[in-house]
Amino acid sequence: MSSAPRYTEHHPRWYRERVSTYWWLWRWNYLKFVLREISSVFIAWFVLVTLLQFRALSSGAQAYAQFQEWLRSPGILLLHLIGFAFVLFHTATWFGLAPAALVVRLGGKRVPAALIVASNYAAWLAVSAVIAWLVLRGRA
Amino acid sequence: MPERPKRPKEPFFWTLFSAGGVVSAFLLPVHLFLFVLAFPLGWLEPPAHDTLAQLARHPLARLYLFLLCSLPLFHWAHRFRYTLYDGLQIKHLNEMINVFCYGGAIIGTGVAAYLLW
Repeated sequence: MSSAPRYTEHHPRWYRERVSTYWWLWRWNYLKFVLREISSVFIAWFVLVTLLQFRALSSGAQAYAQFQEWLRSPGILLLHLIGFAFVLFHTATWFGLAPAALVVRLGGKRVPAALIVASNYAAWLAVSAVIAWLVLRGRA
Repeated sequence: MPERPKRPKEPFFWTLFSAGGVVSAFLLPVHLFLFVLAFPLGWLEPPAHDTLAQLARHPLARLYLFLLCSLPLFHWAHRFRYTLYDGLQIKHLNEMINVFCYGGAIIGTGVAAYLLW
């Protein structure tokens, strides 16, 4: 991980340009990078919400109704709307990176990047449909 | 006796980060769409408490929820660490940041295991 550089007495000082704390604000690519990283904070938040939901669910109908009431409060709804957008951004950027991480060869030829991205989206839709079906099928 | 070189921990955490990224990308959107948007906003009729509780009690559902909670926390730990490190350039607190991020993910995993057991 981090290995602190060792200085000797006569080592010349390295020239390092001072970088502003807000270096990422001025270019869309840099801003995109930081927004993508921030999406992880919302992901952690939603993990917490999922755990609270499970706890309320197993505590009984009244506790769960209270939890649902909390989800309906305007401030939480606004936060979750913003968080949902960030999570979708994570999904899109993650799928966008997939061809770089995953080199697939078929018949000696490299599968084009667009096809890998497209198959990720297709799999995502399929998985989402199955989960939605599992959750929704039990309704009266 | 030569000292045995220490094995770096980075690849291990990176694998968890990557797995968490996949889980978050594929599974979180539909969960959030249903539970924090569609049901609270009344777009869809939510399932009754009993039905949902029964579904969540199933061992496979609990294993699924455990992975859905644990892996994304390691994903967060990795990304948030670098956000603080590169984004805000808080490099002198590196050790503390590592403890906070990975410690948080490990504690969160423990809490998830306890709740979902």
